[in-house]
Amino acid sequence: MRIILLILACLFGSASHAGVDIQRWTTPSGARVLFVASPVLPMLDVQVDFAAGSLFVPDEKAGLAGLTVGLLDSGARIGATMLDEEQIAERFADVGARLTSSVDHDRASVRLRTLSSAAERAASLEFFRAVLAAPSFPEDALTREKARHIAAIQEADTQPDGIGSKRFARAMYPDHPYGVNATADSIARIVRADLEAFWRTHYLARHAVVSIIGAVTRAEAEAIADQLTEALPQATHAAPALKAVTLPQRQALRMPHPATQSHIFIGMPSVQRNDPDFFPLLVGNYVLGGGGFVSRLMQEVREKRGYAYSVRSTIAPRLLPGPFEISLQTKRSQSGDAIKLVETLLRDFLRDGPSAKELQAAKQNLIDGQALRLDSNAKILGFLSLIGFYDLPLNYLDEYPRRIEAVTARQVRDAFARHVRPEHLVTVVVAAD
Amino acid sequence: MIRNFLLGVLGLAGLLCAASVCANPYEKTLGNGLRVIVKEDHRAPTAVHMVWYGVGAIDEVDGASGLAHVLEHMMFKGTRKLGPGEFSKRVAALGGRDNAFTSLDYTAYFQLVPKRALAQVMALEADRMANLKLDEKEFAQEIKVVMEERRLRTEDDPQSLLQESMNAVAFQSHPYRRPVIGWMNDLENMTWRDAQDWYRRWYAPNNATLVVVGDVEHAVVFRLAEQTYGAIARRTLPQRRPLVEPPQLGIKRLSVKAPAKLPQLMLAWKVPRLKDVERDREPYALEMLASLLDGHDASRLSRNLVRGQKVAQTAGAGYQSLLRGEAQFTLDGQPAEGRTVAELETALRNEIRRIQEEGVSAEELARVKTRSIASQIYKRDSMMAQAMEIGSAEVIGISWRDIDKILDRIRNVTTQEVQEVARKYFQDERLTVAVLDPQPLAEAAAKPAHSHH
Repeated sequence: MRIILLILACLFGSASHAGVDIQRWTTPSGARVLFVASPVLPMLDVQVDFAAGSLFVPDEKAGLAGLTVGLLDSGARIGATMLDEEQIAERFADVGARLTSSVDHDRASVRLRTLSSAAERAASLEFFRAVLAAPSFPEDALTREKARHIAAIQEADTQPDGIGSKRFARAMYPDHPYGVNATADSIARIVRADLEAFWRTHYLARHAVVSIIGAVTRAEAEAIADQLTEALPQATHAAPALKAVTLPQRQALRMPHPATQSHIFIGMPSVQRNDPDFFPLLVGNYVLGGGGFVSRLMQEVREKRGYAYSVRSTIAPRLLPGPFEISLQTKRSQSGDAIKLVETLLRDFLRDGPSAKELQAAKQNLIDGQALRLDSNAKILGFLSLIGFYDLPLNYLDEYPRRIEAVTARQVRDAFARHVRPEHLVTVVVAAD
Repeated sequence: MIRNFLLGVLGLAGLLCAASVCANPYEKTLGNGLRVIVKEDHRAPTAVHMVWYGVGAIDEVDGASGLAHVLEHMMFKGTRKLGPGEFSKRVAALGGRDNAFTSLDYTAYFQLVPKRALAQVMALEADRMANLKLDEKEFAQEIKVVMEERRLRTEDDPQSLLQESMNAVAFQSHPYRRPVIGWMNDLENMTWRDAQDWYRRWYAPNNATLVVVGDVEHAVVFRLAEQTYGAIARRTLPQRRPLVEPPQLGIKRLSVKAPAKLPQLMLAWKVPRLKDVERDREPYALEMLASLLDGHDASRLSRNLVRGQKVAQTAGAGYQSLLRGEAQFTLDGQPAEGRTVAELETALRNEIRRIQEEGVSAEELARVKTRSIASQIYKRDSMMAQAMEIGSAEVIGISWRDIDKILDRIRNVTTQEVQEVARKYFQDERLTVAVLDPQPLAEAAAKPAHSHH
């Protein structure tokens, strides 16, 4: 591979071609639903998102968000029947369906991909509902999964990327859940009652976002959304107050490791999902290091000097200010030179912003490439959940080209000045000479 | 219950085909030998454009490993008309994305574009099929990038190191013993002339397949192909000699030390690949066997080793029947906390032994078949996945027309056939066992496990 594909669609937003007709409504249980009818293929994708990411977990139980979503399908109840994890796995396999889950800093997501034919759809939705609304979190599965999580953490702690990305998060977000990583100790502390309480508190009907795309009608989609959310826990408390992000002091940290390459991370907490600076930052970041082979970082670090195979910058908006981040890996003997180069490129960009030509090229790619980000049900599903979870305007996709087109070089420079500030930049280098 | 579901799914697959897909794809071979395959998919106004060259690491020789992949990198460094890096700039300006990949068997280039940009990317890709400009300076820069890629993806990645060492041991003469990325020594000694020779030898229209999937009209694509690629002259390709690995005479074992916490185990048996779509049966049974063992949450390795016996942290199985070279059936995994590599090896081999002795149930087989049908439907959601399926078959000499036939035959495999291949091929004389021996960081730091200076 010439380079690992930089598909960061969820970070960069996207645009709509005229065809994406999103319908939105709220279920009687209070869940928000976003639906796109897509009748061509006999399949259905449904994703349910909850505000149940690591942001909502106390530091001493770090890892709880992932264990909770991961164990949903380890046991569940339908009426008086208790299903074990083998029965659940077999049901989805028998009908050719796939149930997957994931967790990030903000949200926990559970996705079902199933055939849309009546028998298969009914069979998979019945079990999807059960794992969301009546999980049993069996003790033996929890014991096993805790051991597997701990082993995976300990393994990651021996690898340069694992070591670096954790230290980097901690340094960018001191005293904040965004900077807390699960450890063997925090996982060991988690007990079954924690999962149940976390599920009861955060898997709420009222805060659920249900995204649906596939060969079903609006009426069928309504029934599916009701079916999946009506038995979810009801809110009995106010939403938790979120701890504000404080900016770190500028610092450089070096971690030992025998690797042949230094792994370099530079960044800081930067921008929230709903910030009006998002579009200028998106366009600017394309020029700096988000635009694949044509970005400044790629041109200068890789193409001109051969310092790295992969170098990029990303801006990852979250509920609270998410990180701006530059990352690269280079032969350890030249890591000093590479860091100097990247710092110079960043400084120049912050000072001067993009050139007129670069700005034009960025806009052209982001606008003309809009169709590519929406050419499958899977990709559209991602945007439905993004719009729903972060409460973006329903016309977000339609507005996208106009918002990009309106960005000026001045706005890019100003937005970067506000969100990427040298006095707060954190640098982590693993395996430096 | 299961039977009913399966019937429903089979009905669906039939419907999907009847709906219009059967007239699709369309194929044409140009006068210069370039095969063109177009699959119309009008769900979104985009297109995937891929060119697959029938040359990969399998065609390299000792001392020059990694050359196929290095040339892939050099293909972005300009032609007689375009400067270095200009190719990707043009694609980006069209709203598209581009990249490429190299495997043991082939080298492929692709662009994902809004459909209106198709003609331009066809012209760009055709240009570098014939007019690549290689020079010493660009090569000297890019080979450094490739070495960084090797450091990132192999030298500092324990699992990847293990895989590389295993292939080097499993095969004693077959070219699959060399890594696609190339040995560091070979990269250090490669010159731009090597890349030049490679390009001249292998990059010809009669060694390539063009695949276009998307919101396009096949007649228009055929016409554009004539206008762009059609002008490139056919060339005589180097003769390919048969590459047959001599019979293995006993079990092979190796270990690799690298900084890590968890040990890793890989077992690989030499098994047949698919050669004759009509007459072969065993590769289809091996495909089924792999899916029974690993492929979904209810499959045997997850159920029995990760969850049941809790002997494995992870466990997987793999078999790839569509290859130009020698095929292997692999089992791999990491032992669970408190369990040893030896226990995991026993547990993995016991899973095979159980199938050798007891066979598999009709119910299990039905489940895997349902999954296979559903996967084909899901695949239609992605233009890239459809283009990959066509290209990866065509490039090794299997027609896209045979893809459905192969899938049908896999679905017709019987429980008895699965048991027979398990008995016939899972013998120690065909087996290589590789173990990652994890080294604590402090000791590894004192004594680097691998260094290339």
